[in-house]
Amino acid sequence: MTSAVKVRKVGTDKPPTRASKFLQNRWAGLAGLLIALLAPFVNASPYALSVMTSAAVFVMLAAGLNIVVGYCGLLDLGYVAFFAVGAYTSGVLATRFDLPLPVTVPFVIVVTVIAGIVIGAPTLRLRSDYLAIVTLGFGEIIRITANNLDVTGGPSGIYGIPHLTESPVVFYYLTVVVVSLAVVGAARLGRSRLGRAWRFVREDEDAAEAMGVNTYRVKLAAYIAGAVWGGLAGVLFAAHLSAISPTSFTFLQSALVLMAVVLGGMGSIPGVVVGAVVISLLPEILRDLADYRFFLFGVLLIVVMLLRPQGLWPARSREVS
Amino acid sequence: MSLLNVSDLRLSFGGLLAIDGLTFSVEEAEIVSVIGPNGAGKTSAFNCVTGFYRPTSGRITLRGRDLPGLRPSAIAGLGIARTFQNLRLFGELSVLDNVRAGTHLWLRQNVFDALLHTPRYRRSERECTEQAHHWLDFVGLRGDRYGAARNLPYGEQRRTEIARALARRPDLLLLDEPAAGLNHGEKAEMLDLIRRIQGLGVAIVLIEHDMGLVMEVSERVVVLNFGKEIADGRPEDVRRDPAVIEAYLGSDAHA
Repeated sequence: MTSAVKVRKVGTDKPPTRASKFLQNRWAGLAGLLIALLAPFVNASPYALSVMTSAAVFVMLAAGLNIVVGYCGLLDLGYVAFFAVGAYTSGVLATRFDLPLPVTVPFVIVVTVIAGIVIGAPTLRLRSDYLAIVTLGFGEIIRITANNLDVTGGPSGIYGIPHLTESPVVFYYLTVVVVSLAVVGAARLGRSRLGRAWRFVREDEDAAEAMGVNTYRVKLAAYIAGAVWGGLAGVLFAAHLSAISPTSFTFLQSALVLMAVVLGGMGSIPGVVVGAVVISLLPEILRDLADYRFFLFGVLLIVVMLLRPQGLWPARSREVS
Repeated sequence: MSLLNVSDLRLSFGGLLAIDGLTFSVEEAEIVSVIGPNGAGKTSAFNCVTGFYRPTSGRITLRGRDLPGLRPSAIAGLGIARTFQNLRLFGELSVLDNVRAGTHLWLRQNVFDALLHTPRYRRSERECTEQAHHWLDFVGLRGDRYGAARNLPYGEQRRTEIARALARRPDLLLLDEPAAGLNHGEKAEMLDLIRRIQGLGVAIVLIEHDMGLVMEVSERVVVLNFGKEIADGRPEDVRRDPAVIEAYLGSDAHA
């Protein structure tokens, strides 16, 4: 053993570089939070606040999908299903049973966990491409179901969902707080025993099994965590718009969230936050270009993927001790 | 009771009989080698023991407990760890994280510990990092532990994979060609490492083509050819066994 201890001194305790320290430590996160908190002082028009609130909700969606796609490597093309389940559960309870929105949260968590298990349990036995197709199908099933049920208001959806607060500024700050907690929570899960197990599954399922990781349960856990994050984002969404309808939960939404995760850098928390902000704000910033904005949006995305295929702020393999 | 008992194991893929009646046992802290020409069914036998393949018939027991039908992770939970013939490291993850995988079953922390960073979370994270360093020290890893595993030289990757398996703290370790692709010096170190693992009280089943290493380290050698077991005995006896010589050199060779 003494010889082994000596070996450790050789070239292992390399100090991390200053840049990697900055990128990994919490200062980057606090800087991001500060920007979000100061933004209303720059522009507090109702339009700007609405756009920023939507962006924050989108960040939460991206953080949730990142658990499934980025950490665990499961391609989910129907993530918006959980967003819809959360928004509808909260909306239905708030309008038909007159429950205040915060009271609906525990119900939303329970329902999204169940939705995660119902969708995940049969599909997670499948390997990647099959999983992608089945999740795509489930995303559509949820939307079409909402479109056809009476309780969800059919095609016109649910309206008159009570606001959490009358002031858009206060609601924006509330959203930022909730989303920040969700992002920190996702990051913490990523750095835990379960988070490591997710990455083991992503890297090599067989090797993970051989080390005692029950890959099925671990994948289901990723799916459930993603579902809960998406569902809670749905509550914020319902509270923000006070009206929801099936048109908010199309495949395009799933694709956009996935795009945010890929653009930012799969598995990287700062990456997906940046990716989500870019994806949600860029079309608004390009609004002056009128009909050409989505064209330019597409071109910009292609350019980014050509120049930085690993994402804007990719996850790093290097570990900071 | 033996640690591992394999009796009359058969495995067929459609019409192909990969393993045709393999019987052997491994005692506590014993080193048993499984040798045979390529395609003889050695790795298939490993995959049956570790739950990756389900045997067509036959029994496999660990301390009397039946293994076939259990998930590989459940079998790992009973105390078996393995390495893979073609390295199966988590390439994008740090070397330390790779070895932390072995501690997965030992860590006691739940989702709420992780979300709230409870003292239990901090303690178990510290513990698993210490364990990872300990096992990397044990295998004598010289390379960078904080970087991605795929950046390590080949020999170091082999060591990392063994460290990962050891961090599982198994009673039985299955090594699938641990010396493949290693140079002369590295092979000598591997020999030493295998002995030190045995010194921990771990039984080892070794698949290996390097006969020098096999003869040096094993207490018993099982020889497979075309899925059939053709010999089982002490290295010096197996080496002289006419059936083994024929399998390796062909019947017409004048060895």
